[in-house]
Amino acid sequence: MITDAPRIVTSRLGHSDSHTLERYLATGGYEGLRAALARPPAEIREEVDKASLLGRGGAGFPAGRKWSMLRPAEITYLVINGDESEPATFKDHLLIERDPHQVIEGTIIAAYALGVAQAFIFCRGEFALGLERLSQAVNEAYAHGALGRNIFGSGWSLDLVIHPGAGAYICGEETALLESLEGKRGFPRIKPPYFPAAIGLYGAPTVVNNIETMSNLPWIVRNGGAAFAALGQGSSTGTRLFALSGRVERPGWYELEMSKTTFADLIMDPSLGGGVKDGHDLKAFIPGGVSAPWFGPEHLSLGLDQDAVAKQGSMLGSGSVVVMDDTTCAVRAAWRITRFFYRESCGQCTPCREGSGWLEKILRRIEEGAGREADLDLLMDACDNIAPGVSWPPQQTTICVLGPSIPSSIASGIRMFRDEFLLHVKEGGCPMRDAR
Amino acid sequence: MTDTAREQVAPQTIQVTVDGTPVPAVPGELVIEVAERAGVYIPRFCYHPRMEPVGMCRMCLVEVSGPRGFSLQPACYVRVADGQEVRTSSPKAAKAQEGVLEFLLVNHPLDCPVCDKGGECPLQDQALSHGPGESRFVEEKRHWEKPIEIGPLIHLDRERCIQCARCTRFAAEVAGEALIDFAFRGAHIEVAPFPERPFSSYFSGNTVQICPVGALTAAPYRFRSRPWDLEQVETTCVTCSVGCRVAAQSSAGRLVRYLGIDSEPVNQSWLCDKGRFGYEAVHATNRVTRPLVRRAGELVEARWAEALREVAAGVRQSDQRFGPGGIAVLGGARLTNEDAYAWSKLAKSILRTDHVDAQLGDGLPAELVLGLPRATIDDAVHAKALIVLAPDLREELPVLYLRLRKAAATVPVIECSTVPTALSEVAHVRCGYLPGEAQRLAGALVGDGSIEEIPGADPAEIERARAVLSALSGEGSDAAVGDGVVIVLGRPSLAEDARSIAGAAALLQRALPGARFLSVLRRANVHGALDMGLAPGILPGRVGLEAGRQWFEAAWGELPSDRGRDARGILEAAASGELSMLILLGADPIADFPDAALARHALEQVDLLVAVATHRDASNELAHVVLPVAGADERFGSTTNLEGRVTRLAPKVVPPGVAWPAWSVAAELARTLGNDLGCSSIETLSREISRLAPAHRGIDLDQLSAPERRDGIVAPLAETPVTLLGRRDGTSPRPIDPMATPGIFSVEEQGAPLGAGTALPVGGSGRRASSPEGARPPLLALGGLEALGLGGGAPGRLDAYSFRLVLRRALYDHGTLVQASLSLRGLAGQAVLAANPHVLEQLGVQAGDPVRCKSERGAIEVPIAPDASLARNVVVLTANLDDGANALVDAGSPVTDVRLETLA
Ligand SMILES: Cc1cc2nc3c(=O)[nH]c(=O)nc-3n(C[C@H](O)[C@H](O)[C@H](O)COP(=O)(O)O)c2cc1C
Ligand code: SF4
Ligand code: SF4
Ligand code: SF4
Ligand code: FES
Repeated sequence: MITDAPRIVTSRLGHSDSHTLERYLATGGYEGLRAALARPPAEIREEVDKASLLGRGGAGFPAGRKWSMLRPAEITYLVINGDESEPATFKDHLLIERDPHQVIEGTIIAAYALGVAQAFIFCRGEFALGLERLSQAVNEAYAHGALGRNIFGSGWSLDLVIHPGAGAYICGEETALLESLEGKRGFPRIKPPYFPAAIGLYGAPTVVNNIETMSNLPWIVRNGGAAFAALGQGSSTGTRLFALSGRVERPGWYELEMSKTTFADLIMDPSLGGGVKDGHDLKAFIPGGVSAPWFGPEHLSLGLDQDAVAKQGSMLGSGSVVVMDDTTCAVRAAWRITRFFYRESCGQCTPCREGSGWLEKILRRIEEGAGREADLDLLMDACDNIAPGVSWPPQQTTICVLGPSIPSSIASGIRMFRDEFLLHVKEGGCPMRDAR
Repeated sequence: MTDTAREQVAPQTIQVTVDGTPVPAVPGELVIEVAERAGVYIPRFCYHPRMEPVGMCRMCLVEVSGPRGFSLQPACYVRVADGQEVRTSSPKAAKAQEGVLEFLLVNHPLDCPVCDKGGECPLQDQALSHGPGESRFVEEKRHWEKPIEIGPLIHLDRERCIQCARCTRFAAEVAGEALIDFAFRGAHIEVAPFPERPFSSYFSGNTVQICPVGALTAAPYRFRSRPWDLEQVETTCVTCSVGCRVAAQSSAGRLVRYLGIDSEPVNQSWLCDKGRFGYEAVHATNRVTRPLVRRAGELVEARWAEALREVAAGVRQSDQRFGPGGIAVLGGARLTNEDAYAWSKLAKSILRTDHVDAQLGDGLPAELVLGLPRATIDDAVHAKALIVLAPDLREELPVLYLRLRKAAATVPVIECSTVPTALSEVAHVRCGYLPGEAQRLAGALVGDGSIEEIPGADPAEIERARAVLSALSGEGSDAAVGDGVVIVLGRPSLAEDARSIAGAAALLQRALPGARFLSVLRRANVHGALDMGLAPGILPGRVGLEAGRQWFEAAWGELPSDRGRDARGILEAAASGELSMLILLGADPIADFPDAALARHALEQVDLLVAVATHRDASNELAHVVLPVAGADERFGSTTNLEGRVTRLAPKVVPPGVAWPAWSVAAELARTLGNDLGCSSIETLSREISRLAPAHRGIDLDQLSAPERRDGIVAPLAETPVTLLGRRDGTSPRPIDPMATPGIFSVEEQGAPLGAGTALPVGGSGRRASSPEGARPPLLALGGLEALGLGGGAPGRLDAYSFRLVLRRALYDHGTLVQASLSLRGLAGQAVLAANPHVLEQLGVQAGDPVRCKSERGAIEVPIAPDASLARNVVVLTANLDDGANALVDAGSPVTDVRLETLA
């Protein structure tokens, strides 16, 4: 069902100058911050808790819970994850480029609520325009009195630093991000310690949150956590920004009320995805980014709901939905996704470093016509050695979850389209070669 | 774990179950360690017991129970919890391990037949024990150019690398110089040095030792042998006085490799590259293989009998001319304890001379070294505070530097040095001082004297050091002041007279009576040689000449009547014609004595110069008789390290030509003189030392032969109770861990070291020499500054046109050993004079321009190099490079001041 829920994070995007301070101030900008500063930090934390705002970075961990885990210490940090580098995920990109002040205001509110005096935004290095606008906005925020000493006369101070990434997807993983921020190699940290909230940046307790998570905060402060929680259903509250791509008529971003809106609405509704491209049939879709197991047409009626999707063995993840139709080759899709992980593995753990490359080579061989029937079992078994059981959520033989994400597309492809894989073997190549 | 095990309080124990067997454990222990103790081996690659775990390779995955049931966890990273259950070979764990091994082999070149590691390779071994039977990989493997040279001694084959990061972690974590690191990402990750910066570290060989595959290979060993052709003995490195335990390996009668053995109290498996690759000197072409005598001005080969007769004639001639005081013996710091004892006995009881000195004016007075309360390395790394008054330990005692560097993370280190050293980086306080002012600085540190106006010192730093020390004295009122403080004592600069350092030490000891000292004299067995009496006024077992006279005269016969001369005195006497004969025991005073002119003159003046030597060198070039002796890896015996730790040496190869052990040269010379030294074998010598030398009482080769004495025995043994292991926690030494150091075969497997079986039982029939009557003489104790007779020696003022010279040592120099090792000789740096950039500016010279450096003693020409860390009134030269810097030093003066001139 398409609802008339308010646009929470994309309200300004209709304006061509949405990234400017003038437009921001003219549309309620920094009012959330002013309102927040008038209240004690604990009350802000309560509002966020009440909103039941789920993290928008992929893991979907409730922001309020994460904040409550911050170990009290003399020095604590807030780090905002804007490294968005997953294929088909482009919602943070949009928010950074088109409404940087909203990101910054959210960050300041979070810092205030957490009692942090130093925050960082780690922004994907390839976002050239985004970095430019974000930096500009930070400067404007300082000039406007929203950052720096004695913010808006409240007596409270915060510094915010923009840190460009250097081109590695793995630096989106929060502990790799912290390493990178510290000037080290982007290697995810081994657990324990389990949470940056205990030991994070430079060993100090640190909250890491996503760009979109931050973008929700000014609205929540202005309208109250209850108003946010009134949107959506169950644990999936508020709205969420979805990035729709693949074989659809109208790819793009859509902010939709969670849970009540379905995948069918998103993909098929003429006002949203507009249906499968050129009238083709839907073959499968990825509900939450390339790490997520695939869904088939039977899952279209599922709501955009974190728990419902999890129950069906996948995840809403990074909020990117990729549509495959009957012209999409399942082998090729799995291969391309695996190739991405192969190129982006940090290389620390043997199963991920070596497994990703091996799987990629087998898939490519099948796609190129030199596959063997035994390769299917081999693929599944190698996947099992990265993510024992090849189930969702995955178990892992690795340090971070990039490794165990690799089997998602391969196992989905083989389980859903085994015949198609075998046809590749039998016909000595991709049967859809010519259709492309 | 090593640190927790040292705690004196009994640690709380918990119960863990490993594969169904209950095992007691200490909280904080790693699952992999606990399992190992229970006899369960968990496969591993990245884990190394001497480095922090990182859990990267994932080879050690096991099922561990937790609040949410069993999960796969890396055993090398997870710490045990009470009631925890561990399954190391359940179907799930076994599949995960097999999976990781298969993944590791996916891109592995499997060129085992041409790989140095083949046959001793953890990857081969674990592929067999924990891997899948066959490979399912049919794709193209990753390719790289192989191998590449990443440093002067190290080659890297990236195709064989399994990215375990042992090498990179060693460089950063242990050596403290991250000269290699990972580059690139994922499957393309590779170990690499930084552009334009080779992996030239004094410790680079350790990375080869711990690499679990054949990715890193050492240039000197590459393709020299196959593991199954190697023979091995366990012995001690005799390159410096740290005395690292090593496995010396040979193939076809030639030494080919040294591997560090994990001796908990000493080297903890590490070696420096000089020690590791210095074995090449054993097979060098400049070895002395036959006796040489001078005939018509030339040294020609002779038979032993002829050469010894020539020496004996010299002895008689000297006796006629001068009486017993006409002979002097210099050197001996590279001998074994037994050699040193035999020569000491020969010199003092048969030649009846006390002009004996194992040091070459480059160390510290023997009374000081032997008389101060001694510390072990473990004492130092667990001290409450460390005061370091020493040269750059990375250049002189590299593995001690590693241990102290690590300790600096938890122990406050106060460094007193004339110029910054490698340790300065981690020292809590660095008190600089102008050479010659060590004694005043020490006084200021302990509140004896003003902290103002000590040349070259910063009062603020002294204040900080005092704060560290006074924070300690508040603790425990009944403890002696300075209890728990360890003072690392050496000679910071060869151009600063030892008296200043001795004075400083005496002051520190008086102010901090509870403090202990770790002597950092450099030559391998210098402490053993001093212990055996190769010093003026000293008898074996750390006994003074007068205190021990009665005891030793009863055993040895008449001793010299007076205290003899030290090295400088000997050389001065020789130079002025007061000595007839000089015996060099493996010493090269022309290269090593700080005053080269004096040394050369002295050697030229004596009637008979005898050199007992392993290699030809500048000094024995002048000798009348050269006697060839067995060197490192060719001898039985024992050696004593800087802690006083006695360990057993074992020969691996036979000496070249007709070289003898040095002790039998002494015995035969005695016989030629119509005397009997009373020692017919190394065992009888060893037992005589144990019986007569008070500090070595109860320590002999029989005791040292047992494999569980790998760590040696620290002399003197405590009266009661006797802990023969020399380990505080009383645990037995670590077993050889083939996964930590592939390639060492365990001693258990080898059987006891060579020769062990020939020894007589402890306290057995070794009573051939009579045991003296009366009380054993007391060990030397330092009475204080005055007792040393050392006071004074204050330097003059440095005039405005002069610079005070600091003469340091470098690990790689033009010394005999380095130059005889093909792989090391090229690593000696170029001689430069380092000075503050301001000095270059004043002189109007550029970096690299030659300057003339002139002292009262001599002058040299040397390129100048800017070094902003130096004060403007000092210049630094390095001893024993090709510039002859020791020609500048005046051994008689407290300091050496020099002037600089341009050569335009
Ligand atoms: C391989 C990998 C890549 C990730 N990339 C991103 C990313 O680009 N942006 C992001 O916000 N979170 C990313 N995450 C999730 C973060 O680790 C972290 O959970 C998130 O930033 C927390 O923010 P949130 O609680 O607001 O969602 C990634 C996780 C993994 C394992
Ligand atoms: S799973 Fe992959 S990306 Fe994650 S730490 Fe291991 S190697 Fe790196
Ligand atoms: S070179 Fe050897 S030690 Fe270094 S990472 Fe590779 S396999 Fe490990
Ligand atoms: S530190 Fe000394 S004893 Fe140890 S390996 Fe080096 S030279 Fe040998
Ligand atoms: S992960 Fe434990 S040994 Fe490598």
